[in-house]
Amino acid sequence: MDRNQSRRQVAAMKQSLFDQGFLDEQFIQLEELQDDANPNFVEEIVTLHYRDSSRLISSIEQALKERNPLDFNKLDTLMHQFKGSSSSIGAKKVKAECNLFREYCRTGNAEGCMRSFQQLKREYAALRKKLEAYFQLARQAGPQETACRSK
Amino acid sequence: MDNGCFSSSPRHDAFPAGLRVLVVDDDLTWLRILEKMLKKCLYEVTTCCLATEALKKLRERKEAYDIVISDVNMPDMDGFKLLEQVGLEMDLPVIMMSVDGETSRVMKGVQHGACDYLLKPIRMKELRNIWQHVFRKRMHEARDFESHEGFDFEGIHLMRNGSDHSDDGNLFAVEETTSIKKRKDADNKHDDKEFGDHFPTKKARVVWSVDLHQKFVKAVNQIGFDKVGPKKILDLMNVPWLTRENVASHLQKYRLYLSRLQKENDQKSSSSGIKHSDSPSKDLGSFSFLNTANKQQNDIATDSFSYSDGTLLIQMDATSYEGDLKGIVSEPTTEKIRASTSEIPDPKVQKSSQKSLNKPFTSVESSEANHAVFDCTIPTEYSWSEFPKGPLKEEQKTPVQLEDSLCQLPLHGTQHHIQIDQSQSIASINSNPSITEEEVAAKLETKPLYAGYESDYVNPVSSIGSAVEAFPSQSKSLMVSDQSSEPTFTSNLSLKTQGFNLDCISDLDFYQRNLLLGGEVASAPLDEDLNFFLLQSECYNMNFGLQNIDMSEYYDPRLTAEVPSHFYDSADYSSVDQSLFIA
Repeated sequence: MDRNQSRRQVAAMKQSLFDQGFLDEQFIQLEELQDDANPNFVEEIVTLHYRDSSRLISSIEQALKERNPLDFNKLDTLMHQFKGSSSSIGAKKVKAECNLFREYCRTGNAEGCMRSFQQLKREYAALRKKLEAYFQLARQAGPQETACRSK
Repeated sequence: MDNGCFSSSPRHDAFPAGLRVLVVDDDLTWLRILEKMLKKCLYEVTTCCLATEALKKLRERKEAYDIVISDVNMPDMDGFKLLEQVGLEMDLPVIMMSVDGETSRVMKGVQHGACDYLLKPIRMKELRNIWQHVFRKRMHEARDFESHEGFDFEGIHLMRNGSDHSDDGNLFAVEETTSIKKRKDADNKHDDKEFGDHFPTKKARVVWSVDLHQKFVKAVNQIGFDKVGPKKILDLMNVPWLTRENVASHLQKYRLYLSRLQKENDQKSSSSGIKHSDSPSKDLGSFSFLNTANKQQNDIATDSFSYSDGTLLIQMDATSYEGDLKGIVSEPTTEKIRASTSEIPDPKVQKSSQKSLNKPFTSVESSEANHAVFDCTIPTEYSWSEFPKGPLKEEQKTPVQLEDSLCQLPLHGTQHHIQIDQSQSIASINSNPSITEEEVAAKLETKPLYAGYESDYVNPVSSIGSAVEAFPSQSKSLMVSDQSSEPTFTSNLSLKTQGFNLDCISDLDFYQRNLLLGGEVASAPLDEDLNFFLLQSECYNMNFGLQNIDMSEYYDPRLTAEVPSHFYDSADYSSVDQSLFIA
C-alpha cells in the first residue's frame, strides 16, 4: 500500500474514533507528546493503560461477585481508579460508563452497578480492539503518520 | 541561596527550566504521561508510584526538589497526608491531582495546604505554569523573612539585637520593622541560614485554635522565650500540618500581642495613677521594679517580644495571653501588682490593679478583648490572695482544671471568652502566686523578679528558664499584685468583674492549669516569680502560700500559650492577638 494511502487510512481511522466518541482530547495530547525521543509514545501509553486497567477490571468483577451485600464503597474506589486510568488515554465512552457506575454505587443500586459494569466491559473491549487495529495500521504506514493530527 | 532566588545551581538561571519536580502517582500510566509532559516543559522530573517512597526521597535530600505533584488517591498513603507531611517537613509547594473534581475534595486539598489542585486529564499548559507556585513561595519566603526577621531568628539573635538596642526601648518590638530590618541586615547571614532552608515557604492558612495556640505557647515556653524560633516551636508542637511559616507568623503576632499587653498595662497602671503601672506592663519581669523598672520592663517585655523570636513573646504572651484568655487577667494583675509593688501594696495595688484591670479591660475590650480579660482577671487575680491558699500546689497537679476554670471565667468581652481561659489560667497562675512569700523569696533569686521576668523575656530568664519565665513574670506580677493588694483576690479571681470563675479555680488550680496549659511547667520560673511577687508583696499579703513554686510551673508560658490558642481563631486572629497581646 502506498504510504500516503496508508497514512490517510490511519488518519481516517483515528478521525472516526474521535467522531464516534471513543476518544477525546487526551489522545491528541498524547500524540503531541510523541517526539523523536519517544516515537511510539502513544502506543506505549495505551499498552501501559490496558495492562493496568485489566487488573482493575478483574478486581471490580471480583467485588461484584461478593454479592451479599455489595460493598459499594469498595466498588466506588476501584472504579475511581479505573476512571483515572481511562482518562489517561482519553477513553471517552469508557469514562462515561465509569461515571454511571459510580452513580449507581452512590445510590446503592446493585442492579444498576451490574448492568453498568457489563456495558463498561463492552466499551472497554471495543476500544481496545480499535486501538490495536489503529496502531497496527499506523506502524505499517510509517513513523510520520502518528505525528499528524487528525483534527 | 539568595532570597527570592532558587538555589544557585546553574539550572536556576534558566528558571523555570530545570525546575525539579517530584511526581507521585500510583497510576503508572499517568506517571509516565506526567513525566513526559514535565520533561517537555524542560523540568527535571523524578517519579514515584508510592507516597512512602516519595517521602523517603524528599527526606533524603530536602533540597533536591522544588515542587511536588501528587495524586490524591494512593494505596499506601492518603494524598492529603502526604501533602501535609511535605508541607510541614520540607515546606515545598505541593500540587494535588485527581480525576475527581468534587468541590469538597478540592477544598480539602486547599485546606491541607495544596497550592493547586489539578483535574485529570491534565493538560500541558497546566503543567507549564507550575513554576509559579515555586516562585510565589520563594517570594513569600523572602517577604516573611523580612518581616519575621526578628522573630525567626533564634533567640540568640534577638538577644543580640536586644542588647544592642536595649536603650531604644522597643527597638525590637515587632512593630519596629526598621530595627528589624536593621538587624536583618546585620544578621543577614543568620537569616540566610535560617531561611535558606525554607525557601520556598509554604503558606497555608492556619487557623490558630485555642488548642493550637496552647501548644504554641507551650512550645515557646519550653524553648525559652528568648531562644524561641519558629523551627523549634514547630518541632515541639508536633503538629504535622503546621508549617514553619505558620509558626513564624504566629510568633510575630504573639510578640506583638505581648508587647501590646505590656503597653496597655503600662498605660493602665499609669492611668490609675500608680506608678507601678509602668512596671506592670513591663512587668513581665519587672515586677520588682516599680515604675522605672516597669518602663524598661515594659519595653523589655515588648522587646522581648520582638526579639526573642518568640520566646519573649511567648512568655509575654503567656502572660499576656493569659491576660487574654488568661493573660488578660494577668495583665491587669501585673499592673496591679506593680502598683502594689511600687506603691502601696494593698490599697493601691488593688486599686490600681483593679483599675488597671478594669481599665484595661475596658480599653482592652476595644482593642483587645484579651486585655479586658486581663482586667477582669485581675480582679480575679486579686482574688488570688485566696489562692495562695496554697491551691497552687495542688493546682499544679491539675492544670487542666485551670483551664476549665478559665473557661469558666466569663470574660467580659466576647473575646474574652478565650481570654478568660487564659486569664483564668493566668488568674490561676496569679492566684497561685499565693505562693508564700517565702517561697517566692526563696525562689526568686533576685528580687527583681520582674526584672527577672523582664530578663526572661529578654533573655531567657535564668530563673525561669524559658518561656515560662516570661510568663511567670506576668503572672507573678499579677499575682503578686493581687495578692498583695488584696488578699481577697483569690475570691476575686472569680473575676467578679468579668465573672470569671476564677474563684472557682482557686488560684492554684488556675495556676496549675495555666501551667499545665503551657505544658510545661516552668515550674522554676514561676515559682520564682511567685516568690518574687511574694517578696514584693510582702505588704500585700499574698497568700501565696502557695506553693508558688507550683505557680511557676504554671506559669509556664506555655500555659498561656496554650490558652490563648482559644482565642486564636484565625478569623479573629487580629483581635485575638490584641487581646492576647494585651500587654
